[in-house]
Amino acid sequence: MTDAAVAALPATASRPPRSQWRDVWNQFKTHRGALVGAAVFLIIVLLVFAGPFAWPYSAELIDIRARNQGPSLGHPLGTDQLGRDMLARVMAGGKVSLAVGITAMALAVTFGTTIGVLAGYFRRLDNILMRFTDLFLALPLLPLLLVMVMLFRERLASTFGPAMGIFLLIVVSIGLTAWMQTARVVRSAVLAVKQQEFVLAAKSIGTRERRIVLRHILPNVLSPIMVSATLGIATAIITESALSFLGLGFPPDFPTWGRLLYDAVDYLQQHPERVLWPGMAISLTVLSVNYVGDGLRDAMDPRIRGR
Amino acid sequence: MLAEANTMRPERARPADTLVSIEGLKMHFPVYKGVLRRKVGAVQAVDGLSFDIMRGETLGLVGESGCGKSTTGRAILGLYRPTAGKVHFGGEDVAAIEGERLRRLRPKMQMIFQDPQASLNPRMTVGSIVAEPLVEHQVAKAGERRARVRELLDQVGLNPDYVNRYPHEFSGGQRQRIGIARALALDPDFIVCDEPIAALDVSIQAQVVNLLQDLQHRLGLTYLFISHDLSMVRHIADRVAVMYLGKMVELADVDALFSKPKHPYTRALLSAVPVPDPKIEADRRRILLKGDLPDAANPPKGCRFCTRCPEAVAQCFDVEPEWRDLEGGRKVACHLAN
Ligand SMILES: Nc1ncnc2c1ncn2[C@@H]1O[C@H](COP(=O)(O)OP(=O)(O)OP(=O)(O)O)[C@@H](O)[C@H]1O
Ligand code: SF4
Ligand SMILES: [Mg+2]
Repeated sequence: MTDAAVAALPATASRPPRSQWRDVWNQFKTHRGALVGAAVFLIIVLLVFAGPFAWPYSAELIDIRARNQGPSLGHPLGTDQLGRDMLARVMAGGKVSLAVGITAMALAVTFGTTIGVLAGYFRRLDNILMRFTDLFLALPLLPLLLVMVMLFRERLASTFGPAMGIFLLIVVSIGLTAWMQTARVVRSAVLAVKQQEFVLAAKSIGTRERRIVLRHILPNVLSPIMVSATLGIATAIITESALSFLGLGFPPDFPTWGRLLYDAVDYLQQHPERVLWPGMAISLTVLSVNYVGDGLRDAMDPRIRGR
Repeated sequence: MLAEANTMRPERARPADTLVSIEGLKMHFPVYKGVLRRKVGAVQAVDGLSFDIMRGETLGLVGESGCGKSTTGRAILGLYRPTAGKVHFGGEDVAAIEGERLRRLRPKMQMIFQDPQASLNPRMTVGSIVAEPLVEHQVAKAGERRARVRELLDQVGLNPDYVNRYPHEFSGGQRQRIGIARALALDPDFIVCDEPIAALDVSIQAQVVNLLQDLQHRLGLTYLFISHDLSMVRHIADRVAVMYLGKMVELADVDALFSKPKHPYTRALLSAVPVPDPKIEADRRRILLKGDLPDAANPPKGCRFCTRCPEAVAQCFDVEPEWRDLEGGRKVACHLAN
C-alpha cells in the first residue's frame, strides 16, 4: 500500500479502543458458509437439547407392537426393533454425543496447545515434551482405552453416578488420546512465529516471557488451533461411537449417535434409513462446525478482516 | 515526569561523556551437525569488539551483509547472551546481568528494526503496540497511557487517530514510524537503529532519516546506526565504525573516515560510493575485492581481511593486527596503517 492510498482512507473512529469482538463479528457475518454453518449447528443444538421436551415419545419407551416401522406421521424417523421412536432416540443420542464431542475436544485442544506452545517456545522443554508426544502417538490407543475403562469405570461410576461417571471417563480418555496432533502442529507454528522480529521487539521492550507467549505467540498460532478444534469435535464424536460399539463406552441401552449407528448396522438390509439418521446428524454437525471454524479463523485475522 | 525529563535536556547534547562502553565483545553461535547434533564449531559472528559510544552522538556501523552488525547491536542490548566481553551501560554490565535486573535497564535502551512489517505484531492495533512498553513497565495509568500513545504517534508524524488500526493498513514508512514511536515510549537514552531504512522506498528513506535526526535533537538521543548505505551514514553519523567478518577494522570521525580512510577495506568500500562532485567522481576508481567473504565459522589466520586485501604483506597471513589508536581519536586494525 502506498502512502497516498492510506492518506485517502477516511480518518475513522479515533474514540476509545474499539471493541475487537465487534470487528470479529462483522467479519464473521460476511462469511456465508460460516453463517450457514452456525445456523445449522444452532438448530442441531436446539433440537437436541430442547426437542425432547416438545416430543411426546421418550427415547426409552418400548412399544413392541410398533416395532420396525418405517417413517410415518406419528414416527417421522420410524421406530427400532423394540418399537422405540427413532426421532426421540436421535435427539437423546445427540445430547450425549455433542457433549462428549465438545468437552473432549476442548480438553484435547487445551492440552495439545499447552504442550505445543511450551515445546515450541522453550527450547529446554522441547525435547522431552516431543518425546512424550511421540510416546502417546506410538501407544496402541484402543488397548490403552480398554485398560483405562477397566481400571476406572467402577470407581468413577460409584463416585459420580453411572451416567456421569462414564461420561467423565469417556471424555478424559478421548481427550488424553487425541491431543498429539494439535501439540505437533502448534509447536511447529510456534517455532515459525518465534523467529519473527516482533517477538525480538517484545523482548527488547522488556516484555515478560509469559506475556510474550500470551500476547504475541498464541494469537498468531490461532489458525492451526482452530483447525484442530473443529476436526477434534468430529474425531471425538466418532471415537465415542467406536468405544460404545466395543462395549467400552456407555451402556448398550444408552443412546448416542455412534451407538444408534452401530445398532442400525444389523438392520442395514431391511431398514437402511436407520443408519441414515444418526449418520446424517454426525455429518451435519461435523460439517457445520468446520464451516464455523473456518469463518472464525478468518474473522480473527486482522489482515483478512481489513479486506 | 516524561515531559519534564525531555525539557530538562539540553537543546543538542554535545558528544562529551561515554554512554556505552564495549570491551572485547564476542558472540559465537554454536554449529551442530549430524544425527547426534554434536557441536562441530561456532560461527564467530562477532569476535572481540572494543569501542565506546558517546552520549548524544550517532555512531554509524557499516559493513557487508553477514559481517555481524545486527548481532553486535543485539548483543549490546542484551538480547543475546554474549560469549565473552563486557557492555557497560547505565552502571551495569549488560552482558553479565539477566532477568529482572536487565529488565529494569530496558527502558533506557531500545531498538528500531530493519523490517517494519515483521517487527510489528499483525494481530495488535497500533495503539496497543505503542502502549506495550508503557504497560510492561507500568509507567502510567490507562487514561494517561492513552494520551501518551497519542502524543507519541504525533511525535513521529502519524495521525493519533490511527490508534485503532492494524499494521497491515499502513505503508512501509508509516510502519517504521510506529516502530520508532514504540522505541520512544519509555523515553530511552540509547537506540540501536538496525538498518531502519533499508526496507523502505528511496523516496521514504529521507523522511524517516530526517525524523530520526529531528528526534535526536529534541530528545537528546544517542544512536548506534547500523547500515550498509555509506552515503546515508555519511549524512547522519558523527563517527563511523567499519566491520569486516566479525571484527571492527576502523573507527573514525565521519569526515576523517570519508576523506582519509586508513584501512584497505574501508578504502575498498568507499571506492564503490558515487561522489556528488563530478570532478572527483570522474577520478573515482573502484577497488574491486577479489574472492568471497570467508566463512565466519572458519575465519582466515592472521588478518581476517588477508584473503582479499589488495595490500597484504607476508606478516598479514600470520599475525593478527591489533586494534590500535591513531591520532585524532581514530582506531584501526591493520599492520600498515599509520
Ligand atoms: N541466531 C543465530 N544463529 C546462528 N548464526 C547466526 C545467528 N544470527 C546470526 N548468525 C550468523 O552470524 C553472522 C552475522 O550475522 P548478522 O545478522 O549479525 O549480520 P549483519 O551484518 O547484520 O548482516 P545483514 O546486513 O545481512 O543484516 C552471519 O554469518 C549469520 O549467519
Ligand atoms: S593487516 Fe594486512 S591484510 Fe589486513 S588489512 Fe592491513 S594490509 Fe590488509
Ligand atoms: Mg543485519
